Amino acid sequence: MAHRFPALTQEQKKELSEIAQRIVANGKGILAADESVGTMGNRLQRIKVENTEENRRQFREILFSVDSSINQSIGGVILFHETLYQKDSQGKLFRNILKEKGIVVGIKLDQGAAPLAGTNKETTIQGHDGLSERCAQYKKDGVDFGKWRAVLRIADQCPSSLAIQENANALARYASICQQNGLVPIVEPEVIPDGDHDLEHCQYVTEKVLAAVYKALNDHHVYLEGTLLKPNMVTAGHACTKKYTPEQVAMATVTALHRTVPAAVPGICFLSGGMSEEDATLNLNAINLCHLPKPWKLSFSYGRALQASALAAWGGKAANKKATQEAFMKRAVANCQAAKGQYVHSGSSEAASTQSLFTACYTY
Amino acid sequence: CLLSVTMPHSYPALSAEQKKELSDIALRIVAPGKGILAADESVGSMAKRLSQIGVENTEENRRLYRQVLFSADDRVKKCIGGVIFFHETLYQKDDNGVPFVRTIQDKGIVVGIKVDKGVVPLAGTDGETTTQGLDGLSERCAQYKKDGADFAKWRCVLKISERTPSALAILENANVLARYASICQQNGIVPIVEPEILPDGDHDLKRCQFVTEKVLAAVYKALSDHHVYLEGTLLKPNMVTPGHACPIKYTPEEIAMATVTALRRTVPPAVPGVTFLSGGQSEEEASLNLNAINRCPLPRPWALTFSYGRALQASALNAWRGQQDNAGAATEEFIKRAEVNGLAAQGKYEGSGEDGGAAAQSLYVANHAY
Repeated sequence: MAHRFPALTQEQKKELSEIAQRIVANGKGILAADESVGTMGNRLQRIKVENTEENRRQFREILFSVDSSINQSIGGVILFHETLYQKDSQGKLFRNILKEKGIVVGIKLDQGAAPLAGTNKETTIQGHDGLSERCAQYKKDGVDFGKWRAVLRIADQCPSSLAIQENANALARYASICQQNGLVPIVEPEVIPDGDHDLEHCQYVTEKVLAAVYKALNDHHVYLEGTLLKPNMVTAGHACTKKYTPEQVAMATVTALHRTVPAAVPGICFLSGGMSEEDATLNLNAINLCHLPKPWKLSFSYGRALQASALAAWGGKAANKKATQEAFMKRAVANCQAAKGQYVHSGSSEAASTQSLFTACYTY
Repeated sequence: CLLSVTMPHSYPALSAEQKKELSDIALRIVAPGKGILAADESVGSMAKRLSQIGVENTEENRRLYRQVLFSADDRVKKCIGGVIFFHETLYQKDDNGVPFVRTIQDKGIVVGIKVDKGVVPLAGTDGETTTQGLDGLSERCAQYKKDGADFAKWRCVLKISERTPSALAILENANVLARYASICQQNGIVPIVEPEILPDGDHDLKRCQFVTEKVLAAVYKALSDHHVYLEGTLLKPNMVTPGHACPIKYTPEEIAMATVTALRRTVPPAVPGVTFLSGGQSEEEASLNLNAINRCPLPRPWALTFSYGRALQASALNAWRGQQDNAGAATEEFIKRAEVNGLAAQGKYEGSGEDGGAAAQSLYVANHAY
């Protein structure tokens, strides 16, 4: 029987929907700076920097202390737990630095993958235990949105119905719990680019996955106006021999979204999934120029594609702070333009910005 | 079912040409300012309509009545994009021997056909139903396509009460709608998907909105599961309204807001048009509500228009009363409502100013079955 027991009051709904809209207003997007300790290890190893808490703190400090004008391109930053409680060299909390710049603070909430027995190495995501209490504490500590990444892969017998259903359900439970605690849930059902499948196959799978996600969100009474979606763009697998243009990627991506994502969702912030910085920007721009109806904001939530050049410029040396910040600011501004369909390719491509950032079977 | 490990490989249901044909038909039906005349009343439903005006329910009278509607002049071209026929009517002709199908097509209006075979009970539920008609549906669609139909309609019915709609009713009706839609598309026919939640009951607006969201979410999940091409479909839902016995009165703006909110949360933007059923609203109410929906400040990525039966025909039926001398006046009444709704579908209707006659009279019939 369909009895209604409202999950949220009007005030709660209003708060959530305002937070979500603020994050994606005017072409703004998200800096995904929530790399776990292990993942930061991979990043730092590439620039031959030791993976210590201090080095992680220093790099994040350089990014967050950039000029305030960053708030025109970046509406939200996702932090890892450790970073939420770190301070700059003057003892000021990172989260306060960001908030003072008018940037919404977010937190990664999932606790990583767990295997699904009886499948071809598929996974679900854990992290529901005590999630409500963790959310309440994060809210007190200045956080206004959460993020949770589910992973699906395309391979033989994959993604299976079980993987799709289970990950959709896990995302919906997480979203419901977030909203109960005043946090906007970013829902991330990533179909990873590993494999040699073509663009059409990725589109097909993405549509199935997103349909399941939105059915699960509905079943769990999640308030869509107070959520954001963080999907993969629709692309060919990394080992696919066929090459596609940004326009093809854009059309496949917007078509898939347009068939599955209700208009009530205020914003869709794509993950960069190992694309080079420049490709991530060009694709986002093409997406915003696609002529299909696009009732949601189409923006970015980039990790590697916002930070690769900055990391390379830093190299672990404090003296490189200015160059690091310039590299970061440049990508942020470029992606903000792309989110409005106004990006003009500069023509100059520095090594780090076009280099593919693909790491096989990527986990944060 | 969690036991299956079927991996979603793509076996395309439709070729690119088939998709284009379907999508073009759908867009034509809901072109700006246009909606649908639902003239597909079954023999049983026509009995009720005709008995209200004291006319005998014969095949000839049904033919004469549809002739009144279909002889409307070119003024309907700009506001009617499609007409839904009942099977019998698809093969009837006017007094000059011209098939109704041809008359409608010659006006540039798309011909549609009701294909369901009515409701049947779901055992173990509180009076709930599903809808039958899948047997041989593919062959019937192929034939209808040859005979001039380019779209079809199938009505499922849900009702709100203490314990309904149940999970089973929602699931089963969504599934049967998806099967029907899939079969239609295989035969070049655009399926209108109609999951009607009846207005019977004393529930308030919020309750109807909640239920409508649940029902529509299930419908779109089923359509996805059945590989239905959304760009080549139309949706025919109820507006979100309070139950007929609800003591609270709501304005058209409140109805519009509840309706558009429910749709925004469930209907993917790929669906080209939403053609509301009138569900027993009076002619004027149905127009005012549609108008308010099209003035609603929320972003609306689909066309929002009408697929009205009673709300387009009540005045015409009343003016006709079975007398051929009244045919011209009756046709005028129909054209008038068609034009009003064409304006409402663009948010441009300023209201009739008059109060009365058949236009304002509530057309509510308890537990309505067509």
